[in-house]
Amino acid sequence: MSGSVTILGARSDIAMACAHAFAAAGHDLVLAARGSGTLRAAARDLELRHRISVTLRDFDATAVEGHADFVAGADLPDVVICAVGALTPQEEVQDNVAASVALMRANFEGPAAVLGAYATAMAARGSGVIVGISSVAGDRGRATNYTYGAAKAGFTAFLSGLRNRLAGQGVHVVTVKPGFVATRMTENMDLPEKLTAAPAEVGQAVLKAVEKRQDVIYVRAVWRMIMGIIRLIPERVFKKLKI
Amino acid sequence: MRADLSGWGRFPRVFGDLHRPRDAAGVRALIGKGPVIARGNGRSYGDAAAQPKCTIDMRGMAHMLSFDAETGVLEAEAGVMLGDVIAAFLPRGWFPPVTPGTKFVTLGGMIAADVHGKNHRRDGSIGRHVDWVDVMGPDGTVRRASARDNSDLFARTVGGMGLTGVILRAALRLMPVPSGWIRQETVAAANLTEAMDIFETATTRYSVAWFDCLARGDALGRSLVMLGDHAEPQDLRDVRRAAPYDVPVRRARRMPLDAPGFVLNRHTLRAFNRLYYAAGLKKRGHSVVDWDSYFYPLDAIGDWNRIYGRRGFAQYQVVLPLAASHAGLTALLGAISETGQGSFLAVLKRLGAQDSPLSFPMEGYTLALDFPVSEAALRLLDHLDAITLAHGGRHYLAKDSRLSPETFHRADPRAALFTRARAEEGCGVFGSAQSERLKI
Repeated sequence: MSGSVTILGARSDIAMACAHAFAAAGHDLVLAARGSGTLRAAARDLELRHRISVTLRDFDATAVEGHADFVAGADLPDVVICAVGALTPQEEVQDNVAASVALMRANFEGPAAVLGAYATAMAARGSGVIVGISSVAGDRGRATNYTYGAAKAGFTAFLSGLRNRLAGQGVHVVTVKPGFVATRMTENMDLPEKLTAAPAEVGQAVLKAVEKRQDVIYVRAVWRMIMGIIRLIPERVFKKLKI
Repeated sequence: MRADLSGWGRFPRVFGDLHRPRDAAGVRALIGKGPVIARGNGRSYGDAAAQPKCTIDMRGMAHMLSFDAETGVLEAEAGVMLGDVIAAFLPRGWFPPVTPGTKFVTLGGMIAADVHGKNHRRDGSIGRHVDWVDVMGPDGTVRRASARDNSDLFARTVGGMGLTGVILRAALRLMPVPSGWIRQETVAAANLTEAMDIFETATTRYSVAWFDCLARGDALGRSLVMLGDHAEPQDLRDVRRAAPYDVPVRRARRMPLDAPGFVLNRHTLRAFNRLYYAAGLKKRGHSVVDWDSYFYPLDAIGDWNRIYGRRGFAQYQVVLPLAASHAGLTALLGAISETGQGSFLAVLKRLGAQDSPLSFPMEGYTLALDFPVSEAALRLLDHLDAITLAHGGRHYLAKDSRLSPETFHRADPRAALFTRARAEEGCGVFGSAQSERLKI
């Protein structure tokens, strides 16, 4: 299988794991991130290991006014993966409007805006795959991370709508809900081992989802069950829980 | 982050602070505040890669930096995994010139332990194939060391168990191979003398013996000696010849939970050893095996260390000088079979001469065994130490989890020089639970 893959927010561990999974399958890559020059070593590593070519592009997901130019500024890829996101502790954002807005922009507005631009271009071409890395945190708002969760819920809904819109137009949309992943973002959290995936597992799961045209994936199957149960808890009970 | 720092043998259990820097600056920030040790993939068996106060997980620095398709020199960061090196370069006709029994080790870890393979007599240990290492010293500066520049630092870092600084990057010379297959010959040896004769006359690149460590009397040292060479395309069946580097992917199985203690006892071990030997006898002669099954049979069972149960196991590996090998091995094997505490894996290899400040190999025979941890097993190991000392042998630090400092220093007089040089260079900030235990 070949075809080029563009990864937005390429610096994150999940993005890099996706890069390795797709490169191993023979895809050329475009890695897009702020200050992309610092990704040169990672790009060289991908090229050496997998004998594919890697191009770096500067991209700021929160600068939404530049997105149309960014999408038009290079060949339209066969697959675009949006791994843009940020996780700020809830107590730092709940009484800080600027931080709260920035968090929502990084997790929802920016990703949605740029994928919207890709969607239109891919629909015009009649082919393509759009992958959004969302989160189980968007399945139900919880006291510990509801600003992040709300942004991810918005992103999940956006991807669902996009999939619905593009269903007959040759463009497929994948929503990825990784669950806990052992990354830099979660380095200082105490995560349960059985529920925590390695980044490489996410990369493999995304590759499989693209190849098999899956719609919504949870990386570890147990998360589908956990979130199914969490969604079923009546609100008057849920509001008193500490989870 | 607090983490389980125990080694592959899960004995002793060590917990402590684990940090995963992404670049040299991140490593530098951890040095100088207290004792630190670098850790790779945690495949040394004991406490060599554990420092409860601050352990540096080097797997966050795992970029391959360059590859020269003419010379086979790979430059890479220390956290690069051996299995990834093979995955990337075997399809291009290159293979690691020296490999330990698992591919789940990092480049930095291999160099720090100066690992050897089944071809030590012919090709030496990994250090012989390293062009240079970049080492971050106690003051945070990085020095490139090779046989030519900073040669003392190079010599002490290769096999230095991370005690001279943090290995950040290295250049490894890969070896061209004609295929991804090994032409193997399995020879049965009725006893130790026969096995050693086979080693002494072998002309193949690789040689290793698995032996039944519970066999006694005339059958002491009864073993299967496996001789191997990289297969040429003409050794392969027609279908494989067209793509000699392609081998079928092995499915990884996992050990889902710790085996309860009663699974392993002298009866099951004796039965296993007998069956394995009998099965091996049937497979005597020539065969062609893929590289993964040949070099890394245990990698196919993830977490195989759990077979020894929750208390973990101690791996015991010593080398005896050539002249004392027969007598020493006879005494060691005799002591083991007498107690009936054998292991699934008992391995004998012939090592060549090597002159290093702290590396394990010396000209002679090396014996490696696993023992599930128990009071009786630890007593037996103390007894084996006495036999090893009496025959002029020494211990492999990458396997050790329980040596006493007295035994270690008596067995390896080089350690005193190494320790003095380390102190003179201010390398006391680097230290593992093992180096503290052994007073290195």
